Amino acid sequence: MVEAVTQSDEELLDRIQCAAFGYFLEEFNAENGLVADTSRAGSPCSIAVVGFALSTYPVAVERGWMTRADAVNRTLATLRFFCASEQSESPEATGFKGFYYHFLDMHSGARVWHSELSMIDSALLVAGMLTAGRYFTAKTPEETELRALVETLYLRIDWRWSQGGSEMVRMGWKPESGFLNYCWGGYSEAILLYVLALGSPTQPVGGGCACYDAWTATYQWEHLYGYDFLYAGPLFIHQFSHAWIDFRGIQDRFMREKRCDYFENSRRATEVQREYARRNPHGFNGYDENCWGLTACDGPSHHLPELAHERRRLFGYAARGVPYGPDDGTLGGWAALASLPFAPEIALCAARTMRQRYPEMLPAQRYTSSVNPTLAGSAGQGAWVSAGHFGLDQGIVVMMIENHRSQLIWRMMRDCPYVVTGLRRAGFRGGWL
Amino acid sequence: MPQHHDFNATAPQDAYERERRTNVHPDGWRNPPPADRYALVVVGGGTAGLVAAHAAAALGAKVALIERARLGGDCLNVGCVPSKAIIRTSRLYAEMRNAEHYGAQIPADIRVDFAAVMERMRGIRARISRADSVQRLAAAGVDVFFGHARFTATDVVTVDGLRLRFRKAMIATGSRPDTPSIPGLVEAGFLTNENVFELTELPRRLLVIGGGPLGCELAQAFCRFGARTTIVQDWPLFLPKEERDAAQILSDAFARDGIEVRLNTRAVNVRVEDGQKLVDLVSDDYKSTVTVDAILTGTGRVPNVDDLNLEAAGVDYDTATGIRVDDFLRTGNARIYAAGDACLEHKFTHTADASARIVVRNALFLGRQRVSALTIPWCTYTDPAIAHVGLYVRQARERNIPVKTFTIPMHDVDRAIADDEETGFVKIHVRERSDRILGATIVARHAGDMINEITLAMVAGIGLRTLARVIHAYPTQADAIKQAADACNRTRLTPTIKAVARRWLSW
Repeated sequence: MVEAVTQSDEELLDRIQCAAFGYFLEEFNAENGLVADTSRAGSPCSIAVVGFALSTYPVAVERGWMTRADAVNRTLATLRFFCASEQSESPEATGFKGFYYHFLDMHSGARVWHSELSMIDSALLVAGMLTAGRYFTAKTPEETELRALVETLYLRIDWRWSQGGSEMVRMGWKPESGFLNYCWGGYSEAILLYVLALGSPTQPVGGGCACYDAWTATYQWEHLYGYDFLYAGPLFIHQFSHAWIDFRGIQDRFMREKRCDYFENSRRATEVQREYARRNPHGFNGYDENCWGLTACDGPSHHLPELAHERRRLFGYAARGVPYGPDDGTLGGWAALASLPFAPEIALCAARTMRQRYPEMLPAQRYTSSVNPTLAGSAGQGAWVSAGHFGLDQGIVVMMIENHRSQLIWRMMRDCPYVVTGLRRAGFRGGWL
Repeated sequence: MPQHHDFNATAPQDAYERERRTNVHPDGWRNPPPADRYALVVVGGGTAGLVAAHAAAALGAKVALIERARLGGDCLNVGCVPSKAIIRTSRLYAEMRNAEHYGAQIPADIRVDFAAVMERMRGIRARISRADSVQRLAAAGVDVFFGHARFTATDVVTVDGLRLRFRKAMIATGSRPDTPSIPGLVEAGFLTNENVFELTELPRRLLVIGGGPLGCELAQAFCRFGARTTIVQDWPLFLPKEERDAAQILSDAFARDGIEVRLNTRAVNVRVEDGQKLVDLVSDDYKSTVTVDAILTGTGRVPNVDDLNLEAAGVDYDTATGIRVDDFLRTGNARIYAAGDACLEHKFTHTADASARIVVRNALFLGRQRVSALTIPWCTYTDPAIAHVGLYVRQARERNIPVKTFTIPMHDVDRAIADDEETGFVKIHVRERSDRILGATIVARHAGDMINEITLAMVAGIGLRTLARVIHAYPTQADAIKQAADACNRTRLTPTIKAVARRWLSW
């Protein structure tokens, strides 16, 4: 599937991938293995970012950016922390029922910001753990311990509890008020969550395939801009699960009915992004067929001093999407590149174009969360650029470039029994499965 | 029904109101002597009652109609008509403030004259009330009785001591706003659709509880008049029955208008301090208090069924869901039918109308028309409006119907671009690998008008591809439907057909 890339493309990808990985070295707390949500001062840890970090260490080892021993030590620090962390109904705990709070204190690992016990972010974290478990397969004491910890942490998750009596998995839970009022409905990155929730040999979601079917019943198969696809507006939705799972050629009942697969679907979603940018209904600067990437990202906000008097509507951090927005002219450049496995030519073309036009978007080759070419930068020059870096963006960039280059993560996870079982229980057949 | 008058909610008794009163419940009306027996007695003079009475009388039936308060029901007096009138004015104000968007200058001094808004509304309401007037009914040969109807036997209903015997009866007593059980709300006073149109002064700060159609429409209208408006909805999105994109677009539109949107939030307590209403809100573990001058509730409706002595007539009912009817709208008493809000889930004026026509056919002419066979569109008249007909995707998928949606964003529609009304979409759901229309959702400035074409196609059994053959006047916003039909047509061009066509054209 992956076409041979030219040397210059290879060099470009290598530089960007390495720079992105650098985030996980810089924002890492060696004492507990946690990684900061963003590079901004005082940022807490995001458990999803930790999941991405764990997934990138094997890449770094393979690429020679990190020794295996260093990667093992970092991974062990993380796993040991989560294994020993408080799992209780206490508002200051780290997790409950095997899940974890979305944001944790970088040092103590306790819940911060009154954040929710997050099912999807826990799934992203656990996916990273399982990735580590598949890579570090040596019989050394360290790697043996590492794998045992991964097993313990995955198997103790009570996925059935996370349904909160519903057919589908709830979005979250808070010790103060219980389950959040809504479930994971509509196509989203939660496909990874459902696969992991179905694959557990200990406490899988109740209802089995019915739970997954209840979720897919909320899908919308749409014909938009000339493409038939499973609709979701923000681009990251079409990418996150694909960072771990190789969806090429495997189909669940829904995709069999549509004669498609999720990988092809993400390619079409990428084309739809491009079509939207070509139309550019709001007339924002920069948008065209090679400049797109509406996704969940940071963005300009009236809270910023330099934008306090801006008359346009600004959305700050938001799940931007096509074709209905919200759209304030803000693009996640990293999201365009993260479509690399699905649509290498157009993703690379977009990445090169955006990088050339807005170099301020990639200080030291590392993507910022977003760029808004319609708004001037803080110095009055160039485009507005989000300050600092966000861990999720770096993680998806490292992983999707790697899947494009070597399919390393996909190959490892194809051998993960829990993922295989989860996919089969969800009704996936065919292809490598 | 209990009225919770609040905040100067007493409309001036001007000429418009006098005309409306003369039409819908004239002073000094004297009920006629009842006939020996009526072919049809209609209980309730709202939309369903009026439609049935006029239709039956036109066909030669001896008809009596009993109305407790005002002919025209909620739709005319406290519903669709007055709300659409004020929504129109609110839209004008929004456009004035947004004039630069249209290449026009923003007027120097935009001041909302709320009294004038309401006077215009009263004028429109009075004019439209002529069609629902008691004089028209009487001229059609209908005996009109004002008063409280109570069944006393399976074929007798009384009104103010008069016994009306009937061969058939239709109960169309409508519905009333449900009062949310929030401690302190009743004591503090609140508005519903029943008294909000009596306001003479714009509340400076308004809290709308409930994100259904009424709450959404009026929240936007009052915000555009200048009320600092907060809307509280206990679900994650407004209009929970509608599809997510539609509800999300509405949330965005509200935020654009300046409404403070509180989704996934419940109002849990109300108290009054210094003449202001303090409402405690809870969202998961986040608690807050808003201070407002008026509270408007739009949290659903309950049927008016509980003081009709239906037991004496052998009519089953439930105070929450209304009168129990079969698919032919017949109640447990074979003589008695029901129509409209009193028995239907879909509480719309047009559904009341359609159900009343079914009753006339089934009750008087041995008809076998089924209410389940109706194709019912509906529309929430926010800006953009949200209209729907038929199945939602989710309903189709739950029934194992493979469904595909043809989506046209309004920003792909020339007229919408010209009108600067690009927010929204047309989504037409068809059965996969066919052009059979299962349903549609339209979010657009004029969605209510546009949905009718889809409804027509569904009722007539016209497939989406056929709509591609219908020439649509250009430029119109309904061209979005044509574009969706064209897209559906193009899907017939399979690679094989394309290859054949290419070979043919290469000759």
